[in-house]
Amino acid sequence: MEQHTLSLKDLTRSFGDTKAVDRVSLDIPPGQFVGVIGRSGAGKSTLLRLVNRLIDPTQGQVTYGPRDITALKGRALREWRRDCAMIFQQFNLVERLDVLSNVLVGRLADHGFFSSMAMQFSDAERAEALRALERLDLLPQALQKAGTLSGGLQQRVAIARALVQRPRIMLADEPIASLDPGNATRVMEALKTINAEDGLTVLVNLHTLDTARAYCHRIIAMRAGRVYFDGVPRQLTDDVVRDIYGSEGLQEFNEAVTSTAVRIKVPA
Amino acid sequence: MAYTTADFDRDFARHRRKSRLTFWAVMVILALLTWATAQMSGFFRVTQLTLADGSRAEAWVVAAGLPRLGEYLEKTLPVLRAESLAADFGQWFWRWKIWGWLLLETVLIGFLATVFGVAGGLVLSFAAARNLSPSRPVLWITRRILEVMRTVPDIVFALIFVFCFGVGPMAGVLAIAMHSTGALGKLYSEANENIDMRPVDGIKAAGGSWADQMRWGALPQVIPNIISYTLLRFEINVRSSSIIGYVGAGGLGQELRTAISLQEYTDLSALFLIIFVTVIVIDSVSERLRHRVIGMERAA
Repeated sequence: MEQHTLSLKDLTRSFGDTKAVDRVSLDIPPGQFVGVIGRSGAGKSTLLRLVNRLIDPTQGQVTYGPRDITALKGRALREWRRDCAMIFQQFNLVERLDVLSNVLVGRLADHGFFSSMAMQFSDAERAEALRALERLDLLPQALQKAGTLSGGLQQRVAIARALVQRPRIMLADEPIASLDPGNATRVMEALKTINAEDGLTVLVNLHTLDTARAYCHRIIAMRAGRVYFDGVPRQLTDDVVRDIYGSEGLQEFNEAVTSTAVRIKVPA
Repeated sequence: MAYTTADFDRDFARHRRKSRLTFWAVMVILALLTWATAQMSGFFRVTQLTLADGSRAEAWVVAAGLPRLGEYLEKTLPVLRAESLAADFGQWFWRWKIWGWLLLETVLIGFLATVFGVAGGLVLSFAAARNLSPSRPVLWITRRILEVMRTVPDIVFALIFVFCFGVGPMAGVLAIAMHSTGALGKLYSEANENIDMRPVDGIKAAGGSWADQMRWGALPQVIPNIISYTLLRFEINVRSSSIIGYVGAGGLGQELRTAISLQEYTDLSALFLIIFVTVIVIDSVSERLRHRVIGMERAA
């Protein structure tokens, strides 16, 4: 699959008087694992939602290689959302449907009206969904209702759903914020494996710094809608961190306090 | 300055005084409104009536009219004698063959109208839900359509459809279906407005169209509500379809009309009994079904 650079140019989104995202310009080359950090309300979620057009920008442009993403409409827009899969803090699964159906949702963009309304999928599609579930160790849960699973399992179902979209970019909006440390690690490892094995670009919002340091090739910090820092984890010094989180008053900014990391290697 | 117990006592007394005042103000307003509307409806009228000895007297309208209710009901009572009970019953339900068919027709009208009403209401309910509607104009238009459909009583729709499609059950089915669509669409759309939007966002983010978002994200969440409302509507529709024959739209209503205009009082009581028993049966069956649905909901 052809991969391109994802570019944001002067991207702005206002809600009333507040600019949630303020003139952000970024180039993200294919295959990069990018972490976006910043305090709550800094515009991280809005930025991700602008990329897959869950919300539209007030100003500016998103391009993917030669394509202008901000101009997409109808079918082309739905195909872009399919190519640019998203996972959420609250998983956003359909809790009443079984896990397999939830994963098959990832194929809906390529379905016509009637097959979608009748919930009809081909054997090939089901096989693909099951492969994705197997990859995330979820095969035993395939026929359970999604709502009966623990948060960690639900987030992996969401990743499986994202995988069957055959995406080029994976967006993750605080994917581990609602998870315990063990599950958080499994989810991050899964994203890392997908990034390494499938060559997907990963763009993930995080609010634990050590997670960002451990997994990301590149860290972007936002403050009040603007990009405040953009560099490799090594460049993210204590002084920079203090500025990002606006915690000048704190004597010592201790990352270990906010950490949720547990170092176990799990296959994804 | 610290907030002392004395301060609290003062605030509390003020609070109590205020709520007591509000209570009595509301009560007085309600009493005035009730009195005014009763006055307008003629509840305090005094009417003239002739007594048994032929003299005229004046009496309060309710007191004068109540005995007549008994008089009417007495006329509808059949003659049932212990020694010829079977024959008397046969006499009472003398048109049982026709009534049986018409009863079946009544229930079927109610059923088919519910089917159409569910289909129409469901389709419109997503566009009529504030959180799901594709756009403001669509929301506005669907809501107005649903309002018109449920504000017009089904008997009025029946009159119109009898004019269009002729006398018979089809006019009745369409009339009740129209009204059901409006009523169910409103109820379903309220259920839709209470759903969790996260699954809908999930479908959207995966590239699902608006229809996909409704089918996959919204519908699974509201299905228990839909089943419950639908069963309730079926009960109401059977009741409606037993009246609708009054204007020629099929079902038992046409017999009611004949009986009333020909002053066949015992026929009226027989018909009333038939409808009453049918509605009780449908009510209790559907209630049991609804509770089972709610029970499944709890267990899940």
